[in-house]
Amino acid sequence: MKISRRAVTLGSLASAAATIAPMASGRAQAVPTLKIGCLTDMSGPYKDLAGPGAVAAVHQALEEYGVSSKGFKVEVLAADHLNKPDVGTTIAREWFDRDGVDLIVEVANSGVALAVANVAKEKNKVYLNSGAATSDLTGTGCNANTIHWVYDTYMLAQSTGAAMVKAGGDSWFFITADYAFGKALQRDTTEFVTGAGGKVLGGVAYAFPGTTDFSSYLIQAQASGAKVIGMANAGTDTINTIKQAKEFGIKMQLAGLLLFLSDIHSLGLDVAQGIVLTDSFYWDMNDRTRAFSDRFTAKVKGVRPTMVQAGVYSSTLHYLKAASAMGIEQAKKDGAATVARLKAMPTDDDCFGKGSIRVDGRKIHPSYLWEVKKPSESKGPWDYYKPVASTPADQAFRPLDKGGCSLAKV
Amino acid sequence: MFGFSRAQAIAFLAMVVLIAVCPFVLYPVFLMRVLCAALFACAFNLMIGYVGLLSFGHAAFFGMGSYVAAWTMKTWHVDASIAIIFGGLTGAALGLVLGYLAIRRSGIYFAMITLALAQMVYFFCLEAPFTGGEDGIQQVPRGHLFGFIDLSNDMTMYWVVAAVFIGGFLLVHRIIHSPFGQVLKGIRENEPRATSLGYRTDDYKLIAFVLSCMISGVAGGTKALVFGIATLTDVHYSTSGEVVLTTLLGGLGTVFGPAMGALVVTSMENYLAQFGAWVTVTQGAIFMICVLAFRRGIIGELGAFLKISL
Repeated sequence: MKISRRAVTLGSLASAAATIAPMASGRAQAVPTLKIGCLTDMSGPYKDLAGPGAVAAVHQALEEYGVSSKGFKVEVLAADHLNKPDVGTTIAREWFDRDGVDLIVEVANSGVALAVANVAKEKNKVYLNSGAATSDLTGTGCNANTIHWVYDTYMLAQSTGAAMVKAGGDSWFFITADYAFGKALQRDTTEFVTGAGGKVLGGVAYAFPGTTDFSSYLIQAQASGAKVIGMANAGTDTINTIKQAKEFGIKMQLAGLLLFLSDIHSLGLDVAQGIVLTDSFYWDMNDRTRAFSDRFTAKVKGVRPTMVQAGVYSSTLHYLKAASAMGIEQAKKDGAATVARLKAMPTDDDCFGKGSIRVDGRKIHPSYLWEVKKPSESKGPWDYYKPVASTPADQAFRPLDKGGCSLAKV
Repeated sequence: MFGFSRAQAIAFLAMVVLIAVCPFVLYPVFLMRVLCAALFACAFNLMIGYVGLLSFGHAAFFGMGSYVAAWTMKTWHVDASIAIIFGGLTGAALGLVLGYLAIRRSGIYFAMITLALAQMVYFFCLEAPFTGGEDGIQQVPRGHLFGFIDLSNDMTMYWVVAAVFIGGFLLVHRIIHSPFGQVLKGIRENEPRATSLGYRTDDYKLIAFVLSCMISGVAGGTKALVFGIATLTDVHYSTSGEVVLTTLLGGLGTVFGPAMGALVVTSMENYLAQFGAWVTVTQGAIFMICVLAFRRGIIGELGAFLKISL
């Protein structure tokens, strides 16, 4: 078949028009309307742990709160930040300035998250982050318009480091991605391991990015005689380390410092068994989380929520409660006042149970150390974790005075 | 004026009018992103379109320009114009060093050498303490221009970015249409012949490369001011790839092509964002359509259709 140039032009113009047309429709309502923007990664490495599931979680929160019966409306926008901070900030600014968005939720990727936090402050709107790891969001980069909901690097390092030592893994060897994030994870975790009476027998830093062969590092780790390998890396590097450890038959315990339920799902239990990791939410934790997850799975077929998606649900729900308590008009007008209200109210939802929000914007709840089950122990699909230890809410996060947040000094 | 043909003068005026009208219709911050991308693509086009050298490492100059402008702005609290000039100088200095090494080869070897050198710059930015690693340099103030124009207002910033873009655009245009530019085109068409005519072609190529890098650095620096951030995205090789796509889509070796390409690519990133994974798929599809059916790019095809050179 010969493709005529005219046909291609017409075809592409028509499809472009078809995609743009629905965007132009509909504005202006009389009922007070809140607008929530879910800015997330729809096409990159964080798609599975946040992505479309996070957008579904926002909708779930709206339905379960029963917005339609409360006398106001909520519109939800969603966008992909492509893991590029400039794309993320442009969208965030446009949402705040042009579309009248009042709240941005999610934003996986630390670089984008910090940038969006600054935009939220500048425009005096509300920003509830679930997906980013950096503890700077409630440290040096904190502001009065931002709340960091689910986890941060401090929580991960402390839970995996200290709780692991208490559970018997008292000698460590690190495989570290040689850049700021990896080094920070190793440094923090080392502190907790030694603080809890454990020993760090050594570590190796590998070139990042671009390293795909971890065999020599794994052999070094084995030769060190340590009980635990701490993987101070993320994403595909962690996945590769785990797969190669399995291939080489390494018998040491692997500790993932940034690993999610969706990663375990894609690895499969056969490969992932025995890994320990920290999550502040697991779907099969108690009756409430199971009930929440069943409702979530009914919307998003065949998938159990990750802690990030649970955090999006939980934060949206809490925002709705606060906004309707202080009045929609008021909530739309002043983002900082809304966040102050959010901090003043105790949180309670199916995912994280009862909790609170600290003055520096840190949402406080317990953290849990999990071990991935053996295939023989798993009773069904998504039955992946068994509990190892937990850290109570008041100790799970970095102490208020250690973060360097300007809000904490007042 | 500036060696514009009549058709080009009309097109240029149309572009200026568009730049002046658009912020009242479209979102200015989005338009600033388009203008920065357009300036970057114009700089890139100077190399690929007029010297015939495909650089696969232009993100290094763009990104370093953006880092240095952001850093000087945040740490030294200099004037916005100084920060942008610093960005341009960084691009030029880096271009001089990397260009000196790369310029001796052409074709795929040139592309590979620039890619390799740009990856080294990427590693440097990942490791160096002043870049803030993964998180980048955040909370960069926009500051003041010439000491008294406050740039925190989006519209004020927009006019500054528009001025920088038009300045850069005219500079590229002037370079292309100068005797120097004629020599570049001669080198592109037949390098041995240019050598036999007595031109030291390596010197010409190096100067063109440095100019291109300088303008890239200015584009990067301006972008850092607009968004208040400088991050690894800007030095990543995907940015180098994107500028190739932008220029191809708009029209290689046309004066207005890169700006058009930047408008199309940035709009896709922005307005398709709500469709999730479709951004990258659509980009790929459009690139394929362009390569299959519009090999001269949007502006190139338009020019060929109207039988004028744009």
